Amino acid sequence: MVLVLALGDLHISHRAPDLPAKFKSMLVPGKIQHIICTGNLCIKEVHDYLRTICPDLHIARGEYDEETRYPETKTLTIGQFKLGVCHGHQVIPWGDLDSLAMLQRQLDVDILVTGHTHQFTAYKHEAGVVINPGSATGAYSSITYDVNPSFVLMDIDALRVVVYVYELIDGEVKVDKIDFKKTTTTQVAH
Amino acid sequence: MISDGVEDEEKWLAAAITGLQQNSFYMHRALDSNNLRDALKYSAQMLSELRTSRLSPHKYYELYMRAFDELRKLEMFFKEETRRGCSIIDLYELVQHAGNILPRLYLLCTVGSVYIKSKEAPAKDVLKDLVEMCRGIQHPVRGLFLRSYLSQISRDKLPDIGSEYEGDADTVTDAVEFVLQNFTEMNKLWVRMQHQGPAREKERREKERSELRDLVGKNLHVLSQIEGVDLDMYRDTVLPRILEQVVNCKDELAQYYLMDCVIQVFPDEYHLQTLEILLSACPQLQPSVDIKTVLSQLMERLSNYAASSTEVLPEFFQVEAFAKLNNAIGKVIEAQVDMPIAGAVTLYSSLLTFTLHVHPDRLDYVDQILGACVKKLSGKGKLDDSRATKQIVALLSAPLEKYNDIETALKLSNYPRVMEHLDDGTNKVMAGVIIQSIIKNRTHISTADKVEALFELIKGLIKDSDEKLHDEIDEEDFNEEQNSVARLIQMLYNDDPEEMLKIICTVRKYILTGGPKRLPFTVPPLIFNSLKLVRRLQSQEENAAGEEVAPTPKKIFPILNQTIEALSAVPVPELALRLYLQCAEAANDCDLEPVAYEFFTQAYILYEEEISDSRAQVTAVHLIIGTLQRMNVFGVENRDTLTHKATGYSAKLLKKPDQCRAVYACSHLFWVDDSDSIKDGERVLLCLKRALRIANAAQQMSNATRGSSGSVTLFIEILNKYLYFFEKGNSEISVSVIQGLIELITTEMHSENMTPDPAADAFFASTLRYIQFQKQKEGALGEKYEPIKA
Repeated sequence: MVLVLALGDLHISHRAPDLPAKFKSMLVPGKIQHIICTGNLCIKEVHDYLRTICPDLHIARGEYDEETRYPETKTLTIGQFKLGVCHGHQVIPWGDLDSLAMLQRQLDVDILVTGHTHQFTAYKHEAGVVINPGSATGAYSSITYDVNPSFVLMDIDALRVVVYVYELIDGEVKVDKIDFKKTTTTQVAH
Repeated sequence: MISDGVEDEEKWLAAAITGLQQNSFYMHRALDSNNLRDALKYSAQMLSELRTSRLSPHKYYELYMRAFDELRKLEMFFKEETRRGCSIIDLYELVQHAGNILPRLYLLCTVGSVYIKSKEAPAKDVLKDLVEMCRGIQHPVRGLFLRSYLSQISRDKLPDIGSEYEGDADTVTDAVEFVLQNFTEMNKLWVRMQHQGPAREKERREKERSELRDLVGKNLHVLSQIEGVDLDMYRDTVLPRILEQVVNCKDELAQYYLMDCVIQVFPDEYHLQTLEILLSACPQLQPSVDIKTVLSQLMERLSNYAASSTEVLPEFFQVEAFAKLNNAIGKVIEAQVDMPIAGAVTLYSSLLTFTLHVHPDRLDYVDQILGACVKKLSGKGKLDDSRATKQIVALLSAPLEKYNDIETALKLSNYPRVMEHLDDGTNKVMAGVIIQSIIKNRTHISTADKVEALFELIKGLIKDSDEKLHDEIDEEDFNEEQNSVARLIQMLYNDDPEEMLKIICTVRKYILTGGPKRLPFTVPPLIFNSLKLVRRLQSQEENAAGEEVAPTPKKIFPILNQTIEALSAVPVPELALRLYLQCAEAANDCDLEPVAYEFFTQAYILYEEEISDSRAQVTAVHLIIGTLQRMNVFGVENRDTLTHKATGYSAKLLKKPDQCRAVYACSHLFWVDDSDSIKDGERVLLCLKRALRIANAAQQMSNATRGSSGSVTLFIEILNKYLYFFEKGNSEISVSVIQGLIELITTEMHSENMTPDPAADAFFASTLRYIQFQKQKEGALGEKYEPIKA
């Protein structure tokens, strides 16, 4: 059982002052094995904070990130799964699932983690799963109205990944989960 | 010289101890054989060692302790003697025959102890006799130890309430009188030490006096332990008598120590009720006494007392504690003109802590204290004294911690005035403390007035001070500072749009004075706050159609435009471009075509004139295309102009792969799913073909410069785009076009010059799998894909 935290688009301190208190209290150091971040932290303090939760931190560059040297895309293997991360402002039209699927094919990953729209989505297509953890701070977005703070926790176990999405709605944390299974090493099915 | 003295002292002490031990040996022999006469003789000789003048108090104490132990045994013997029939009165008489007065008095006290225990005479009579007799010793050190002995042996024999020694004649008043008298005499002896000996040895004398102070203070302890000393007796007798002695002795050391002792030893409720008496003594003390520390101690004790339980609070109100303390402090500060600033601030700080505990709701008291502080600081400008500034920071932080709500602190009119006296560095630290308090408590500042007051307080962070500091400010510290200001801006919010707009304008006023280094931090949060307001108004306008809602997006966009313009002073064109595009999207959502066009124009100008770094250009182009793709407010002409420019930028990017990708991204500008009017299949195909040409050129370049074909990845990407539009129903994209591209890629991949590229292989395989997958779908989609051979 490997826990992977996926989050991004915090936009601290341009659009939000801090993570919601309820999220902060849930993100305890030592429980998570990997962090995948879609970008737009934006400042170094956030980077340092994420490192305290888990030292294995993978970040893709968002267009507002203070640190310009984060990569545009990144891939990594966790267990039986290949994961990729890209902020998403590079994929036009923004939020278009077919275009994101193309990126997924290009990166050759089972799970593509992407952001930019501040809207949580988990989309399965024939080549894999696209997950958008939304904005962890509920930051303003020109694309999505009424953004609720959200992040994703993936539990990777052999050929199965359970995606837990945590959303802060009206001050309460609501959790939902989605199951994905890999049937072969190249395809992901329900 | 000094070491000789110490050595000598050691020698004398050793000699005295030897003498003492010798005599005690004989004394014990006498005790064992019930020989009273000899016992008295040898004990007197033993006690003669205490007549020495050569020992410092520290060494004298050692000798005294040994004598004390021996006298305990002697006392037991005396008790035995009385049981054997010897009259205690006779004994009392007998010991007075000792030759020298000091041994005589020690023996008298020892017998006196047994006398009182025997109850053959009232305790008070014996005690009175003893305390008076001890006047015979006027040498300070000897006298102090003798009286200390008297105090020790009499402690458990005082006629206190409930004690066995209480009687009709003996009351607690007598007990108190005895202790007070002993105390008074001991203090006089103690003070006298100050004036003995040459002036150059003053320091040594004071040190020796210090060692002896607990002997004097012990009496106050005893008084506090007497059960019968209730509040009334304390107020009417005990305290006035103690204070009388303290004031009259006119000795700095004694006054400081004893005032402190009184405060520590007696209960807090008593202090509350006798506050006036206690405080009135303060101005009468020697001017050199550190009265501020004494007062601070008192206030601290009372603060803790108040904090211990809410039930005691009414007492505070009843005795008007605040007024009395405030008054007393004022008088002290007035009287001691030379008091350093740090000292005065400490006093106010203690009073503030006290007030926050006892009268948390009385903001006027808190403001009063700050005002008094300001008065003391007036004319001093910015403080140089680090101790004073530390105290001021503590003073200012206390209300923040107590109230957990910056709005309360903002109501204190004197708060900013105190802050002004901090040097720039500390001022910033304090501003940081304030911001942290707001963010930690997640308070929202909700009116423009409060925002104004707040920003005045933290103006050290908002702009450079008037005096040009040439100190190098650490970059990391500066960034942290400004980031916290940015976060603060997020905490300013009001539901009412009119008030919110006022807040935005107020903040804008302040941050525009910040200078180029601060604008990149402070402008973005303000812009986004404004965009949030625009969005709120947008939905309001939709609801209340026809009614003029007071602030409208139309009024806000010009403010946004001007604010982003300010960034040109820095300059940060990349950031400004992003912000312009954000505003364009917002204008689009508000249906304001000219405004949206204007924002795009500004963004384009920045791109053309200011952004020359290749990597920055690539991102900027993607942002432009991505934003433009979502615009639905533009009429045909405007859209065409902007699209034409965007494709132009794409084609002129430096690196071929970047060009290729940007150009095929532009294809989406001609095809928008939601819009019926933007579905120009031809232009889409033109874009994709152009992208293909660029990809080809890239391949040729690769051949020419590296001798091998570059990657076919670009072709595969374009193929995917063909499939995308094919699925969307672009009639220009036919099966043959797709088939042709598939074959091209296959050929390229199998050609000899091809550098193996597993990523490209996987990508192609994945794409082909996609085609197969789509073929298997039912209905129109499957039919569409059927003819494609993969």
